Amino acid sequence: MKPVLEVKDLVAHFYTRRGVVRAVDGVSFTIHEGETVGVVGESGSGKTVCQLSYLRLLPEPPLRILGGSALLEGGLDLLKASPNQLRSIRGNRVSMIFQEPMTSLNPYLTVGTQLCEPLQIHGLLSRKDAAIQATAALERVGIADASAALKRYPHEFSGGMRQRVMIAMALTTKPKLLIADEPTTALDVTVQAQILQLLRDLQKETGMAILFITHDLGVIASIAHRVVVMYAGRVMERGTVDEVFYQTQHPYTQALLRSTPRLDVDQGKLSSIPGSPPDLTRLGDGCPFYGRCAYQRDACVRVYPPLRLTPTQHAAYCHLEGLPR
Amino acid sequence: MGLGYLLKRLAIMVPVFFLVVTMVFFMIRFAPGGPFDGEKAVSPEILRNLNEKYHLNDPLLVQFGNYLKDLVRGDLGPSFKYANRTVNELIADSLPVSLELGVTALIWALLIGLVAGGLASMKPNTVWDYVPMSFSILGICLPTFVIGPLLVLVFGIWLEWLPVAGWDAPEDRILPSLTLGFAYAAFISRLTRGGLMEIRSQDFIRTARAKGLSEARILIVHSLRGGLLPVVSYLGPALAGIISGALVTETIFNIPGLGRFFIQSAVNRDYTVVMGTALLYFTLIFVCNFFVDIMYALLDPRVKYE
Amino acid sequence: MSSAVVVAEKGNSLWDDAVARLKKNRLAVFSLCLLAFELVICLLTPWIAPYGFEVQDLNNTLSGPSAAHWFGTDALGRDLFTRVLYGGRISIMVGLLASGVSVIVGVIYGAVAGFVGGKLDNLMMRAVDVLYALPFIFLVIILMVYFGRNIVLMFIALGLTQWLTMARITRGQVISLRQKEFVDAAHTMGVTGGTIVRRHLIPNALGPVIVYLTLTIPTVVLEEAFLSFLGLGVQAPMASWGTLIKDGVDVMEIAPWLLLFPAATLSLTLFCLNFLGDGLRDALDPKGAKD
Repeated sequence: MKPVLEVKDLVAHFYTRRGVVRAVDGVSFTIHEGETVGVVGESGSGKTVCQLSYLRLLPEPPLRILGGSALLEGGLDLLKASPNQLRSIRGNRVSMIFQEPMTSLNPYLTVGTQLCEPLQIHGLLSRKDAAIQATAALERVGIADASAALKRYPHEFSGGMRQRVMIAMALTTKPKLLIADEPTTALDVTVQAQILQLLRDLQKETGMAILFITHDLGVIASIAHRVVVMYAGRVMERGTVDEVFYQTQHPYTQALLRSTPRLDVDQGKLSSIPGSPPDLTRLGDGCPFYGRCAYQRDACVRVYPPLRLTPTQHAAYCHLEGLPR
Repeated sequence: MGLGYLLKRLAIMVPVFFLVVTMVFFMIRFAPGGPFDGEKAVSPEILRNLNEKYHLNDPLLVQFGNYLKDLVRGDLGPSFKYANRTVNELIADSLPVSLELGVTALIWALLIGLVAGGLASMKPNTVWDYVPMSFSILGICLPTFVIGPLLVLVFGIWLEWLPVAGWDAPEDRILPSLTLGFAYAAFISRLTRGGLMEIRSQDFIRTARAKGLSEARILIVHSLRGGLLPVVSYLGPALAGIISGALVTETIFNIPGLGRFFIQSAVNRDYTVVMGTALLYFTLIFVCNFFVDIMYALLDPRVKYE
Repeated sequence: MSSAVVVAEKGNSLWDDAVARLKKNRLAVFSLCLLAFELVICLLTPWIAPYGFEVQDLNNTLSGPSAAHWFGTDALGRDLFTRVLYGGRISIMVGLLASGVSVIVGVIYGAVAGFVGGKLDNLMMRAVDVLYALPFIFLVIILMVYFGRNIVLMFIALGLTQWLTMARITRGQVISLRQKEFVDAAHTMGVTGGTIVRRHLIPNALGPVIVYLTLTIPTVVLEEAFLSFLGLGVQAPMASWGTLIKDGVDVMEIAPWLLLFPAATLSLTLFCLNFLGDGLRDALDPKGAKD
């Protein structure tokens, strides 16, 4: 399988009046054709900022990208790309859908205008053909009477329908990579299941890669092939879903799993993680999870843990040699 | 927005207009003093004849009824002070002057306000932001009757670049219209800046960037429509303000417009002229507000008038 | 934003928070101080003014600013500084009284509409909508012309031009507060309607009313000056800032200071009132405030 995107040692900080916020601090992961990678973490763990930063969708300043690389298939480094190159990639080879379907569509423009936009501006189709394509895209995501829907405004649709419109819009250009930022969080559970199924089906049809950002481990379990666990702007653990869920290597992942109700394992009592996430302006040299970790040692506070890789590429950043079960 | 709503809006204007006519009519009539009080050499007999001629001796309700009847036909009656001239003629003379002044001022206000506010919103917290926004604070805090004389003092008297009064040559228009438009330019620039910045912080702008749109397209297609809504809804009050501000501007610059005429007639107790001008003002403002509302509904698809 | 949250956690009341936030807004504090200073000076004018209101110095007509006459003298040799102080008394008084009228009318109207609700509310608010479209200033002009330039009439009339927004704000507050849980809680604990209004509704609705009041005062001061400038407001020998500006315009070619000093005083006051109003709004409504 060809890698679609390889992010290596990405470092991106916000320079604010309150200090330097180390929002993304040495993040690496790879995503291949046709696979779904889940990025999990609490809110504020940098999982969204990380994706927005290499797509250069955050205002710089206050954000500054300090190092690393984000190589697309074909070798283009997004961190070194010109604004024009970036624009030609965004919404074309790499599309994105967002959490809030209510506010992510422009309320002043018809759905049709917004849906045709990516096709037109990337010079793929004329206005007329774009409209035909847009109708087909709407039908594919399950919107009845698609040609009438094109003439309507976003506020005339329900939340789930708007998210379908967002997905249709992201997929009109047949992207290689779809970045989905909590696309189901704002929706109710039945609609959530429908949207997940839709994404799975679309992936099978197009072979695109999906980077799925969520804080919901249940959603990850149902859609992702591999997982990246993030905390305080850093990757804690990454591996296949089975590896991360059943052969957990990192105490943070373990704590996260213990705080989530599961049907597949007898957990006993659910426990929340004690303490609160660290202030990203005041991270020390050690492991950011140090203060909340049940297995903390002296080394943890001083030295950032090295990467430990298993032969299957299951990786964790922890001083601990093997996690007690 | 349906046709039904528009008709309803127009229908509501009728009773309100009637209310205004009644209020102004009786307010003027119950006030002490009459139109011919000021004239020295008027004998009681002539006064009686004058009153007779203009039906001022009839019972008030009869006078009111006659006035309404004429009004329906669009006849605002004869002037008491300008012999042999009707109010319609007097308004026809002075209204174009005021309209020209008001429209020029509004064009200034929109031109300066939109450009300055747009620039400020694109480069917030830079010189492009601070300079126009400081000027706009001046514009908001300095009333027309301060700005006008100051402009006259600087550009008319000290620098002698522009004429200080009159309404003949094209350059006569510059200072009055700037005076009148300045405060609105200030407000519009703030509303433009605020509106565009607000829009730019919206999620859908991030979506637009993620789609690979250029900044120009994001501004023109995705931001302007929503970002300028505050300006559009301000246009109603702005037009009303420009109309009343014209009273002052026409006084300062000695312009033969409706405003100066209105004040003079009020002081002269020229009943019919005051009535006529006041009604014209009310109608103008109603019509302007009506069109502003229509414009707003056309721009914002979420607005539905029932 | 985060600092506001911290303050709130200490258990301070809404008003303590507001004061703390207002103090951080230097421009608003500066405006408040300047206005307070102005108010004191104007109250004390009869005792501290360097000259009498109508004292003429006929050897010194139309003289420029000097040690004897800080702001210069007018065509009749009267001290402009003194006249600006006395004019300020009138302008500020009209501003405060007219705003008071607008608050009384607006709050009562809005509270009744909001509290009674239903058809009456609907009717009352429709009336407000319609009245919004009327340019009251023209009615005021007609009123002032025909009923003499009576100062009491003026501030009542000016106050009546400004109550509409106040009524809308009050109604909105009353309605939103009626639906709040603490009102239900008070009801279930057997607190009577009157006490609920007095102890819960009024203090909570007060914030927006105060903010709008501070923004009404400059509007009214401006309208008074507008009328006086047109010769329809305060009449000689009394003077307000508006009449002083008008007198200044008449002689600005030979004595520009007669225009500049009153104009600067009026503008500075309007400036301060506007900034104080904005500051109060930000302080009382942390959600609406910018970061």
